Amino acid sequence: MKDILLKVDNIIKRFDNNTVLNGISFDVHKGEVIVVVGPSGCGKSTLLRCINALEPIQGGSITLEGETINPADKNLTALRQKVGMVFQSYDLFPHLSVLRNITIAPEKVQKRNPKEVEKEALALLERVGLRDRANSFPRELSGGQKQRVAIVRALCMNPDLLLFDEVTAALDPEMVREVLDVMLNLAASGRTMIIVTHEMQFAKAIADRVIFLDAGQIVEEGDPISFFEHPQTDRAQKFLNTFEFESVKNHEK
Amino acid sequence: MPDLGLDVLLKGKNLARLLGGLGVAMRISMIAVVISIPLGIILGALMTWKNPVIKAILRVYLEVIRIMPQMVLLFLFYFGTTRAFGIDISGEMASIVVFTLWGTAEMSDLVRGALIAIPVHQYESAEALGFNRMQTYRYIIIPQTVRRLIPLSINLITRMIKTTSLILMIGVVEVLKVGQQIIEANRMVSPNAAFGIYLAIFMLYFFACWPISMLARYLENRWRV
Repeated sequence: MKDILLKVDNIIKRFDNNTVLNGISFDVHKGEVIVVVGPSGCGKSTLLRCINALEPIQGGSITLEGETINPADKNLTALRQKVGMVFQSYDLFPHLSVLRNITIAPEKVQKRNPKEVEKEALALLERVGLRDRANSFPRELSGGQKQRVAIVRALCMNPDLLLFDEVTAALDPEMVREVLDVMLNLAASGRTMIIVTHEMQFAKAIADRVIFLDAGQIVEEGDPISFFEHPQTDRAQKFLNTFEFESVKNHEK
Repeated sequence: MPDLGLDVLLKGKNLARLLGGLGVAMRISMIAVVISIPLGIILGALMTWKNPVIKAILRVYLEVIRIMPQMVLLFLFYFGTTRAFGIDISGEMASIVVFTLWGTAEMSDLVRGALIAIPVHQYESAEALGFNRMQTYRYIIIPQTVRRLIPLSINLITRMIKTTSLILMIGVVEVLKVGQQIIEANRMVSPNAAFGIYLAIFMLYFFACWPISMLARYLENRWRV
């Protein structure tokens, strides 16, 4: 087994009296792609936000390469650079060009050489097919293009772990594919990723392991084939059934 | 061709006097602008704080100033303070105080609006990229706020310049008052002076405010977010 990159140990997350995550534990190995699925409000997004220290946790621990992730920590910026996150609402910085959106953090946070960063950013844009939009502004891009830029922005920090929070949920259907293809390429190149998604076909294709979350707990966990084809628990079966449509045409025959 | 009374403009020092009057109006509005913009930025930032006491006080201040017509405020400060507190301030001083109070209130509301218009996701994306708090404000939040704010505050400046036409009511001799004086003085020799003088005043206000609105429009297009 490869090295453990991220260790989530029995975490508890509460908003006031509402427990959103109730004792979640799992490990992520280097190069592994984890897909988290579950009904709305089950805590999937909150889980990602806790991993990136956007939310404080009330119990348990999250460690990245042995270092504890804690929102109150002084070393938070250092840790955050190792974790890239892409949000549902492709929130590029509207006042900056596409290229600047990508290069500003490596330059200002990581203090890297601007020329070098720009070269890397352009190469990454090339890979997602947006090299010619480098000088455009976010308002001139489609949703799918913005989301691809947001992915490049996260990548350019050279993170060890990438988090995707329902990145296609706000997109028009015809733009979903171009974003998912970028993610499939990343998985193929051996990136470690945790993906929250409602695209079940995509989940099946990309996941090394699927985690099914319901009511703040891990209900089922396993490889995608057995999870999607032979779910062990009732709750997982019920959840997966909501994505199936029974044909009504045969009934009349 | 009817007599438009334009000849009065060229008599004696009339044109220079009008320009002097405009100078007074510009001086008052510019002093008020210079004080109220930084004050408005501070108060506007305070309004976004969670402290309910500060919020309530600022809210009351903003509403009171906005609801009261500027003329009433001018009368209150010029005539009211003299009688009630025995403070003898000049008309120009009273005007500066009133315009500053008004400008600060309007500016603070613009700043508050620009700040809360920045979605929380902008802060979170910046944080997720490893920016610390200072860097988030410096590179992400403030540039966006300023871009939203500049066209709006330029608009406020032209409104403040135009509103100085009220201060003749408290005896400040600004451009409109000078115009009236010239018209009165020439009543017998040039009864049509009113048209020429008011036309000249219109042009003076126009050339004082027009470049400022042009600048606002230019920046608005350039910085569309």
